[in-house]
Amino acid sequence: MTSRTRQIVIALAVAAVLAALPLWGSSYWMRLGTFMLMYGVLAMSWNFIGGMTGYPSFASAAFFGLGAYAGAIAQKHGVPIALAWLWAGLLAAAFASLMGAALLRLRGHYFAIASLVVAEVLRELANAATDLTGGGMGLNLPVPQLASVEAQARFFFYAMLALAALNFAAMLWVMHAKLGFGLRCIQQNEAAADMLGINTTAYKTAAFVLSAVFVGSAGAIYASWVHYIEPPDVFDVLYSVKPIVMVLLGGAGSVFGPLVGAAVFLALEELVWRNYLTIHSGVLGLLIVLLVLFLPKGLLSLSSRLGRRLGPSSS
Amino acid sequence: MLTLQILVNGLVLGGLYACIAAGFSLVWGVLNVINLLHGSFIVLGSYFALFAYQSIGLHPFLAILAAAPLFFALGAVVQATLVNRVITAPVLLTLTLTFGLDLMLNNAMLVAFTADYRKLTLDPPLGVLSLGPVTVPLDRLVAMGLALALTVMLFLVLSRSRVGRAIVAVRMDREAAALMGVDVHRIYAITFGIGALMAGAAGALLAIIFPISPIASTSYLGKAFVVCVLGGLGSVPGAMVGGLALGVVESFGALAFGPEHASTLSFGLLILMLVVRPTGLMGRKGYD
Repeated sequence: MTSRTRQIVIALAVAAVLAALPLWGSSYWMRLGTFMLMYGVLAMSWNFIGGMTGYPSFASAAFFGLGAYAGAIAQKHGVPIALAWLWAGLLAAAFASLMGAALLRLRGHYFAIASLVVAEVLRELANAATDLTGGGMGLNLPVPQLASVEAQARFFFYAMLALAALNFAAMLWVMHAKLGFGLRCIQQNEAAADMLGINTTAYKTAAFVLSAVFVGSAGAIYASWVHYIEPPDVFDVLYSVKPIVMVLLGGAGSVFGPLVGAAVFLALEELVWRNYLTIHSGVLGLLIVLLVLFLPKGLLSLSSRLGRRLGPSSS
Repeated sequence: MLTLQILVNGLVLGGLYACIAAGFSLVWGVLNVINLLHGSFIVLGSYFALFAYQSIGLHPFLAILAAAPLFFALGAVVQATLVNRVITAPVLLTLTLTFGLDLMLNNAMLVAFTADYRKLTLDPPLGVLSLGPVTVPLDRLVAMGLALALTVMLFLVLSRSRVGRAIVAVRMDREAAALMGVDVHRIYAITFGIGALMAGAAGALLAIIFPISPIASTSYLGKAFVVCVLGGLGSVPGAMVGGLALGVVESFGALAFGPEHASTLSFGLLILMLVVRPTGLMGRKGYD
């Protein structure tokens, strides 16, 4: 089997297992599953710009919040739910292509800060535009007309699963296409890539747009799912930081790294939340510190390191 | 006359911003590390001044002297034991590390001090200074004077002292400095310590002006970012110019657009500056 076929087979198996979750899972597990898929989308999307291209983007929260508000406002004006989600993704993508034209000329810390600030500005604007967004009062969304609470939970779970599958397919395609090759070249040496004829501006913008479109839709699905959003909730800086931690946890630039990272991160977060509510952000910080100091290449690097230690056959 | 009053308000605020940003800029410039702990260090300095005043009546202006060695030691230890281990790693890792450390410190402060805003009220109050049509609260004026004095002191240390020249040398060329016999990791620890010292001292000064809460740390951090980018990274004069510019812009911006848009304005300015002139108003290479 080629590496791509193997990746597709594994991905289909994982998707099948996940799709069966509603058959046995309680509503608690459904909630966790939906969150896991959402985190997976955030992490896979960040992988386009951060993992493959090597640009430390902190813009995920901007795309997430923008998508949440775009979807919510569209739904309030009577747009059907699926169209509202699509529109949210497209708006986030358009916004990313505009911002990318300005921000992607910056590098390193400057890019990181500029992308971080975009979310802050959007949050302030959402706070101030009371007519459109409800401002600090937040925004209530129509509850979908479905038979039961369980049916609703299933509906949003499958919506998030479909989005995650789409995102994964896009990631797999990019990784094996010329685009992914170009992005990895930019990561290693942008000047050299430019000299060899890679249109770095177009490639970087494509990566930035890809890192926005699914996150925008995920924000809109999240908004419909929880029925109520407010600026500090959906523009939370943690939506920018968590995907980075997840990708670092799983291994940057790899195919399954972001998903593994998202699952492990969610499990840890849930444990900490449940047991240490008042110090959960401190414990999260400790996890991040330990991760950076001791496992900077991610969990998946453990298996290859272990493999090397056990013998050459497993490599 | 209103214009003059607003200008003075802006300059007073700007002097404090310069002090907030100077240490942050130094660490960024020399270590190439964005220290996301900076905001929490400032808040910790404010609490230090608050408790020193409430328990033993130590005046906040004197508390700076006590805070300085403590914060220097704290910063140097953090750098020597943690940040130095990943100092050559890509930007993303150091940024994530300081973010994690900030989550821990900020959470610890929330647990220890709660999120309630507290106020350090001087007894007796210092009163106000009136010069013709312009009125300035004396505590703000003195705090700004001390903040600027601290910033000038940092400038002198960097340009005159032996260790300061070593810091500048490391900033200019790490490898060359190491070849000249500079212990680079020790200089990193000292630099980070100085950054923390400036943050703690700024926090002690701010304690008499702004309400104190762990929640305030992100807004201080945001100011430090904007000042650095405005003035140009890694130079004390840059932090000074950037701080004063931000103070004046915010004061006039609050008048023109309403105070609720002050931070949007400064962040918008930040993005504009990054795109148009990323080296800042005073931008040039080298720390001196």
